[in-house]
Amino acid sequence: MADYTIKVRRFQPESGEGPYWEEFNVDLDPSLSVLDGLLQAKDREDGSLAVRCSCRAAICGSCGMKINGQSGLGCKTQIGEAQELADKQASATGSGGEGNSIVIEPMGNMPVIKDLITDMESTHWTKIRRVTPWLLPHGEPPEREYIVEPESMIDITQSMACIQCGACVSSCLSMEADPDFIGPAALAKAYRFVGDPRDAETHERLHDLADDPHGIYDCTHCFSCIDACPKGVAPMDQIMRLRRKAGEEGIEDPNSGHDHEIAFVKIIEKKGTLDESLLLQESFAPGVKGKLKPSKRAIREMLGSIPTAIRGIKTGKMRSLHKLIPGVHPKLPDQDDVKAIYAHAEEHNEEFNLYIKGEEGELAEDDVEKGIERSTDPETSQEVKNG
Amino acid sequence: MPSHDVLVIGAGLAGQRAALAAAEEGVSVGIISKVHPVRSHSNAAQGGINAALNPGDSWESHAFDTIKGSDYLGDQDAVEIMTREAPEEILHLEHLGVTFHRNEEGKLGTRAFGGASAARTYYVADITGQAIMHVLYEQLMKYSEQIARYEEWFCSSLAIDENGECCGVVTRNVADGSMELFQAKSVILCTGGNGMVWKPSTNALICTGDGIAMAYRAGAKLMDMEMIQYHPTTLAGKGFLITEGARGEGAHLLNANGERFMEKYAPNKMELASRDVVSRAEQTEINEGRGFPDGTVALDITVVPKKRVHEALREIVLVGRDFAGVDITREPIHIKPGNHYTMGGVKTDVDGRTDIPGLYSAGETACVSVHGGNRLGANSLLDTLIFGKRSGRDAAARAKRTDYSHISRKVLEDEEAMIADIVSREKGSGRRISEIKLELGQTMDAKVAVFRDEAGITEALEIVRRLKEEAKTAYIDDHGSVFNQDLIAAIELGYMLDNAECTCVAALERKESRGAQYRTDYPERNDEEWLKHIDLELTDDGPEISYSEVTITQWEPQERTY
Repeated sequence: MADYTIKVRRFQPESGEGPYWEEFNVDLDPSLSVLDGLLQAKDREDGSLAVRCSCRAAICGSCGMKINGQSGLGCKTQIGEAQELADKQASATGSGGEGNSIVIEPMGNMPVIKDLITDMESTHWTKIRRVTPWLLPHGEPPEREYIVEPESMIDITQSMACIQCGACVSSCLSMEADPDFIGPAALAKAYRFVGDPRDAETHERLHDLADDPHGIYDCTHCFSCIDACPKGVAPMDQIMRLRRKAGEEGIEDPNSGHDHEIAFVKIIEKKGTLDESLLLQESFAPGVKGKLKPSKRAIREMLGSIPTAIRGIKTGKMRSLHKLIPGVHPKLPDQDDVKAIYAHAEEHNEEFNLYIKGEEGELAEDDVEKGIERSTDPETSQEVKNG
Repeated sequence: MPSHDVLVIGAGLAGQRAALAAAEEGVSVGIISKVHPVRSHSNAAQGGINAALNPGDSWESHAFDTIKGSDYLGDQDAVEIMTREAPEEILHLEHLGVTFHRNEEGKLGTRAFGGASAARTYYVADITGQAIMHVLYEQLMKYSEQIARYEEWFCSSLAIDENGECCGVVTRNVADGSMELFQAKSVILCTGGNGMVWKPSTNALICTGDGIAMAYRAGAKLMDMEMIQYHPTTLAGKGFLITEGARGEGAHLLNANGERFMEKYAPNKMELASRDVVSRAEQTEINEGRGFPDGTVALDITVVPKKRVHEALREIVLVGRDFAGVDITREPIHIKPGNHYTMGGVKTDVDGRTDIPGLYSAGETACVSVHGGNRLGANSLLDTLIFGKRSGRDAAARAKRTDYSHISRKVLEDEEAMIADIVSREKGSGRRISEIKLELGQTMDAKVAVFRDEAGITEALEIVRRLKEEAKTAYIDDHGSVFNQDLIAAIELGYMLDNAECTCVAALERKESRGAQYRTDYPERNDEEWLKHIDLELTDDGPEISYSEVTITQWEPQERTY
């Protein structure tokens, strides 16, 4: 048992007063959760402290909240760890010491209804419904099941693992700037259909999400949603997969983001480091190199980039001006090693998916071998066969 | 007054399936849930769903396993229906978009589960319940014109008309505290089980036996209320569930001496015996001093290939890491039996009909009975879907042939008065709600759990009856309207106490050991006297006991070994 102080941002809508902070002292084992702490305060001190919660095991997605400024689930955050973070944050700001208050706030990017309860309907659920969140198969279903690649089901199981808690929405920086952004949760949900071989509307879905100015190209790659997600859904990864698929489908990206990404990959493959003199041109008019006429759109976009480039030079952000001359940028001497990395990546063309690979780097080769041995072990297979 | 032909209370798997089935029949449907539907506890069903769909498997085999698992208390006509309709339901879910695990040929793949004679459990990693429920919710969003959703509305009682038929419900909009009387031709109760009566429990905080208590108070019969499942693998203290899928994938149970003790209790099935058998074996090891000092035994998942663990037991890796600080791929995890499932509930027929015309029930709230004395793993999702669907259809058929009856506003006024009384209690008028809950949970876990006897159950019943009195004066802190969770907890406590009383009365009555009911003072199964259901009906003097026959079709009771 240990003592903790939790500092809760409260709002009682019927009081006529604005939000305020209230501290509660709780006494529990460090391995218990922040939600356990809140429930103890609620049970012992103030039953009017409002927080949605149900399963206490990170399955139901009710208790999304901000803990020390980070979006997550109250039930999945150990109170001891929350204390460590609070102390670390305090020492970073100079106030230091131990036993600082654990700060608990309602989720961001959503209106607050009461204390830690937010209005998820008007934000989160409206956005989910925006992506036509149901399977649209072609024609009548087969007599038996749809026959699909086994890996494809495991692949979309990563986005099926989403429990709609809203932590990613709460943490989304793009949504802070553009409240109409469809957002990480709804786009991860969209991938669940785009990646599903049974869905017949893949192209239409991708078009819809690409054409919407608040769609897949509104994400700024900040990784906040990946950090916030308590279930390893990695919403930003799902958004990037939507973008790649849109590119593969030949859907025009208004920001040329897909071409920009390819330009990066190609330049590095060729030179080992980034030749910025080629980047702009390759992003907007790939492969032109002055020999062919670029499209009107490419010219327009390139001209539009000029003020940004001038600002870069003026502010000193762009210092090695000579590098802007095409052909000056050198190749790395060990460029063959870089090419070998590309070859390896292409050969092992796999998406990173927790359901397939576990934690990053966790699955060592020898475990895989052991696994094979074990699964052919006569005793084990016997057991499975006989149930 | 909002009215719907069919009104479904509760939006877990049973409720959502019932709503979709009723809507398919072309009637107007409303679905009311005290939490957002995807927060419902069906989420927690990790391991999978049973169906005899593989070539070489048969519904008869599935039915026999279910009946044997039930310790012959399951009604065999109902079990037949459930197991015969299971394959079609799996395919239906697959067609709706559930991402079931595939074998190498891209067809549906299965895993092994406890008490089953074939590997017939279909699954989505270890998030099967969640995956199915989110897909059904996708369908609810798709059919939003036919199905009105009332999300975060709490039901406080059923409305019964002068002919004794159910004609609606009284609800409270949690968001603003307004009370509303809903009119309906058929009402289907799908509010889940009553796990919160025990502490700890694998169940969510919302599992407070609402539907069971509302039906009981309205005069419907309850059945098999003594049959409460303790799951063999829950985390000590916290009650978190480790799926049976872990044992299905080959994990071992070990005592503190490192012995695979199931050899002694179920030499053939070992860890995959029925849950009541495994839970009793574990508790025996613990009671006889072969457990760990924290009152547990160990579940060893390290024997399962790591790649397989990541693919099929991902959730358990997270539970181990986040809630026990254990990497289950590297070391055994300490577990013990914990409260898990309500086999009993509102007595229904195979179409979900209760004793009250117009009132239906399905899922964990109901007792058809397909689970009898002990539910097999991966049969609960199946129960919710098959009987959710059947009650949705029958409720729609009834709605088509009946008119709305006169509904008295008195029932609403009574509820408003009840709530006004609770809200008006000032601090110091009695105990805190949370104190009473805690005493109830600890009492039931100590006295009405894996092993029971007359003295213990009697003591528990006395405590429950005292707590019922104390609940009448218990006070709350929140006197507002918006999200008054304190008030809802007070009403839920009333539901829990009715559930607890019924379980104690039935457990005391059944003087034998069958399935989850193990009486140390009557350690044998006694088919001559007790091959029957215990029914309970509310009277002025509390629950009144009667009996009903167990339906036997083709499987005569025999000795049960694994």
